[in-house]
Amino acid sequence: MIALDSTDHALLRALQQDATQSAGALGRALGLSQPAAWRRIRRLEESGIIARRRVVLDAERLGFGVTVFLGVKLATKGRVSLEDFERAVTAIPEVQTVEHILGLYDYRLRVVARDIADFERVLRRRVMTLPGVGSVEANVLLSEERRPGPL
Amino acid sequence: MLDDLDRRILRHLQADPSRPAADLAEAAGTTPAVLSRRLARMTETAVLKGQEAVIDWRALGFSVEVSLRVTLDKTNPRAFDEFIAAAREVPEVLEIQTFLGRVDVRLSVIARDITHYQHIWRERLLTLPHIADIEALMHVARIKSKEGLPV
Repeated sequence: MIALDSTDHALLRALQQDATQSAGALGRALGLSQPAAWRRIRRLEESGIIARRRVVLDAERLGFGVTVFLGVKLATKGRVSLEDFERAVTAIPEVQTVEHILGLYDYRLRVVARDIADFERVLRRRVMTLPGVGSVEANVLLSEERRPGPL
Repeated sequence: MLDDLDRRILRHLQADPSRPAADLAEAAGTTPAVLSRRLARMTETAVLKGQEAVIDWRALGFSVEVSLRVTLDKTNPRAFDEFIAAAREVPEVLEIQTFLGRVDVRLSVIARDITHYQHIWRERLLTLPHIADIEALMHVARIKSKEGLPV
């Protein structure tokens, strides 16, 4: 693991807000030369600390009015059924994220839909028909905020 | 409103946000000049809100990730606001989501290890105001995490 100083932390915070900023602009804001800022960003990317970039879209303006988190419990377990389930669930376009968790249920899915009727269609036709699905709990997302984290 | 070209551009951009403009134009079946006009228009209408760097907290030494599902004491009308304001003060909280369903609020929390988590849990999380019930789910793995919208 590489050691980060406060300048690296400031760079990470800035890039979490806006990843399209140039090394020159970031350097000016933090009192670094353009090449020095570029080298630091490059190091953060190469070490995997900056995993990737995410395009931020306005889901509502694109017609996706509903986000639902589904807690899925599998009915049958065993390595094969987990793999089948994971492969099938990952292929559903409306399923944005799939997390394997320990606790009340086995997987948490983040599902987007145009409206509640569209969500019902995704749930009935796509999710409930997945291999091995047992019980499903749904929670409709009302609001969401991301925090910068311990930087 | 968006047309098919806009949607194609967004699909390719979501799949690889850092690809050069010329590549993106070619993949979407248009010219760089048209691409740049379309991106500018989608930015102006706030469909496209920008790009964020995604940090891999594991690479920074945070190996534990827990999802806390919280039910609040709804007899207090300020419960949501006060709980969320207090949760924002905990640096290890990465996400705050509110729901309609069995769960009121979900916090995504990271820690360096189980000992560190135990400390945050006792000192910072159990002390958050208006908690009626709280349950913790441990993350095992992310199976799908791109969070793209099926535009």
